[in-house]
Amino acid sequence: MTLEFKQVEKRVGAETHIYPTDLKLEDGGFNILLGTTLSGKTTMLHLMAGLDRPTSGEVWFNGKNVTRAPVQARNVSMVHQQFINYPNFNVFENIASPLRIQRTPAVEIDKRVAEVAELLNLTPLLKRGPSELSGGQQQRTALARALVKDSDLVLLDEPLANLDYKLREELRDQLPKLFENRGCTVVYATSEPNEALLLGGHTATLHEGQVTQFGETAKIYRRPKDLRSAKVFADPPMNTAPVAKQGDTFVLNDTVSWTAGEQQRGLGDSAYTVGIRPHHITPAARGAGAVPIVGEVLITEFSGSESIIHFRVEGRTWVSQAQGIHPFEIGTQAEFFLDSANCIYFGPDNELVSA
Amino acid sequence: MTQKTTHQKAWLLVTPVVVLVAFNALIPLMTVVNYSFQETFGNNIFFWEGTHWFEEVLHSDRFAASLVRQIVFTTIILLIEIPFGVAIALSMPRKGPWVSVCLVMMALPLLIPWNVVGAMWNIFALPDIGLLGKTLNSLGFDYDYTQQPFSAWFTVILMDVWHWTSLVVLLSYAGLSSIPEAYYQAAKIDGASPWAIIRYIELPKMKRVLIIAFLLRFMDSFMIYTEPFVLTGGGPGNATTFLSIDLVKVALGQFDLGPAAAMSLIYFLIILLTCWLFYTLTMKDEAQ
Amino acid sequence: MSKISLRQLKHSYLSNPSRDEDWALKSMDIEWSDGGAYALLGPSGCGKTTLLNIISGLLVPSSGRILFDDEDVTDTPPEQRNIAQVFQFPVVYDTMTVYDNLAFPLRNRGIADSDIGPRVSEIAHMLDLENTLQSKAAGLTADAKQKISLGRGLIRSDVNAILFDEPLTVIDPHLKWVLRSKLKEIHRRVGSTMIYVTHDQTEAMTFADQVVVMHEGTVVQIGTPIDLFEKPHHTFVGHFIGSPGMNVLPCNFVNGGPRFAGHPIETAGTARPAAGYSRLEFGVRPEFVSFCADGIPVEIEKVKDAGRYRIVDTRNGDVRIQLLVPEGASVASGSAHIQFDPAHTQIYADGWIVSEPAP
Repeated sequence: MTLEFKQVEKRVGAETHIYPTDLKLEDGGFNILLGTTLSGKTTMLHLMAGLDRPTSGEVWFNGKNVTRAPVQARNVSMVHQQFINYPNFNVFENIASPLRIQRTPAVEIDKRVAEVAELLNLTPLLKRGPSELSGGQQQRTALARALVKDSDLVLLDEPLANLDYKLREELRDQLPKLFENRGCTVVYATSEPNEALLLGGHTATLHEGQVTQFGETAKIYRRPKDLRSAKVFADPPMNTAPVAKQGDTFVLNDTVSWTAGEQQRGLGDSAYTVGIRPHHITPAARGAGAVPIVGEVLITEFSGSESIIHFRVEGRTWVSQAQGIHPFEIGTQAEFFLDSANCIYFGPDNELVSA
Repeated sequence: MTQKTTHQKAWLLVTPVVVLVAFNALIPLMTVVNYSFQETFGNNIFFWEGTHWFEEVLHSDRFAASLVRQIVFTTIILLIEIPFGVAIALSMPRKGPWVSVCLVMMALPLLIPWNVVGAMWNIFALPDIGLLGKTLNSLGFDYDYTQQPFSAWFTVILMDVWHWTSLVVLLSYAGLSSIPEAYYQAAKIDGASPWAIIRYIELPKMKRVLIIAFLLRFMDSFMIYTEPFVLTGGGPGNATTFLSIDLVKVALGQFDLGPAAAMSLIYFLIILLTCWLFYTLTMKDEAQ
Repeated sequence: MSKISLRQLKHSYLSNPSRDEDWALKSMDIEWSDGGAYALLGPSGCGKTTLLNIISGLLVPSSGRILFDDEDVTDTPPEQRNIAQVFQFPVVYDTMTVYDNLAFPLRNRGIADSDIGPRVSEIAHMLDLENTLQSKAAGLTADAKQKISLGRGLIRSDVNAILFDEPLTVIDPHLKWVLRSKLKEIHRRVGSTMIYVTHDQTEAMTFADQVVVMHEGTVVQIGTPIDLFEKPHHTFVGHFIGSPGMNVLPCNFVNGGPRFAGHPIETAGTARPAAGYSRLEFGVRPEFVSFCADGIPVEIEKVKDAGRYRIVDTRNGDVRIQLLVPEGASVASGSAHIQFDPAHTQIYADGWIVSEPAP
């Protein structure tokens, strides 16, 4: 079950919603579309489903050109951010609805609904109507409807966004397991980088209608192809600053500089942009590559296990995220440490040069 | 981010409607266009008249008089029905058992056939035996809609307001019901006066439905025929002869098909143009 | 500005509440001191929005009193309580400019235009809205609209408290972040009492000095973020706060000491539950579980990469135990041994923490 975009473009009037895109999704795997609101995630899903037709380019599925095939002919399922169920059907009938359309025999329907309901812990709720369900249960029903059909392609459009935090955590844990060994290709759209990381699989980063990078989720996180992908895949945002390479040294300012690592030795002397994730800046020195940097503390936040400290150096705000509690007096100067071993560098065209 | 999908097969499904619309609207309309440029004396013999009928209609005092009456009538009923309808909608309860009672009461006038409305008011307003007419006269007003132009106008307008304000109420009420509770809570907290709530929350949120209400009432009142025809027959004299009543007189009374056809087209174009202008102007803000 | 006290507050949406679950809020006494940053944290349906509406006056409680300083305001309507509120979905006056939106609460109170101008500029500056002051509020992004809602509260000098009802729901994650620290900064600058309702523990913990955790209409724990993290009073708090939440594992007492799967558990104090409980557990956060050479044997089931750390799912028999491993550290596969940090291990009887005896 491969889904492939060949130079797919979507324009509406004078606006380009999706720039020409080549994308080959992982065979029967879990794929994530990561991007902010209006970056084009929903349009991409609609193009994949066939709810929208590309302005130009082709969509191929399983070696067949399906660009002009209507949704009904594609065997896809979709789960939306809003909980969409038939309001006057109970949970059982909701889950059974796609099978009824396919004219599956009643015995088979009973069996398959029971299976899926068990998988999603819906068995005790089968007789209830959607209005008697909590948000999490409603969304599980919608997921069950997508699962029961044995679709070739399952599209999930921010399915957890409207759920409570803890419920989201729980369903996020279950989701990849649900689709394991089913042979279908799953595409999951989200705006939350942390969600993408925990779901695993493969990720395509979307920025203003362009797929900036596609690959294994953890790899993209550690080796973003360019500054755009790095910014899309960062929560909290990545710290970036201009640096100059002089010989074996990267110079940030008069007082902060560090020795280039093995991988950066080959880079020419020039101006670069350094990217450092907040958790690689800590109030305590960690390891050999720690570079001290002094700034004025602006805000400190404590999220339970971690502290998030915003500090300012020469007009630029930096963010440090560290385990434990680090009480800082706001407005005072404090010393932080950049982990130079975990810095990534972008060239003048914002393309990654070294990670 | 709503986009439409194109499917070639969809055209097949739409075809019956296209054919239906063609028979319903386009073919009769083309017939009217056809008549408006020709003269006929029956026997299917036609003479080309060019724009003669249009010139005649546009220069006729009779058409001008009906048009003025029509514009005055429509303006008056819009000025009454829209604010009145909004006011009623604002004062209706938002929840509780009274909601459905109010809604049914409001819907009642809309359920009565138009000629029945005319007949009802014809009797209701009779100066000698009608409840309205008799009451007005006993209160000292000299009221007789069959004889006095002013009384006739008063009755026609009152009848239209009675018949159609409900439509504005129902539309406005639907608009009001869709305003989230948080807006009212925020306004309370901001210390807004009841008038400020209407001015800055309710009216802006009702804008779209009010535009629809306005357009519907404009079109319907501009085309009004049945009720005044049954009530006054266009009289006394020509006092309540609105455009469509006049049109029927020309077309079927005098059988002047050419002028009637030209008149119909001019009539149609006025309505079309006004609606388009109004819609474009009011929607300009939304587009930004 | 004033202190807000809730005295034996109860509320039910039913006219004749009889059963326990008929109450949306079960009896509670809370004091909110002047100028504090508070969060009301809990899953949906726990009663946090009900409580917020009672404070703002949009709802009158079934019983109990609410006091601002020493004045009883239980029956005072919202407009007389001098409370500002920011809602889940941005509420702005569409037809007005940003300036007029901000000036609206002042104009309603009959304040002279000459006094309004400087105040609006000050607030707009604080919220980074200066460049949009003359634009129509309708066309702005969700985060700008949410700032306007907040601005309408900040602009009044007579505000007793600013209430937030899940204000970041419609904000994109990368902007959530900016707005969250903005709120914190503003609280520090303005110093008014702020109460923030949310189901998101990160938002609650980063914003508040004191977090009130609610569950099924009752307050389970009130404490600083550090208290809630390090010493949850109830297993619900342990589970709800922290992502992933606390491991809550069954144990029993043998020879006066707690044991898990036959292994003795060390805890911070010498906690002993009183008799009469039906369920005995101990809790330890994934942050405080680590691999070791010789400890409790587990099977490693799954490793999830969360970027700055990895979440390892392990299993001892039927019991799932999660632990966090920092980025870069290696994780074995198959069988391993784990240990718990005694300083961060607590015993719970029937869900409630068993406190250590006084030293």
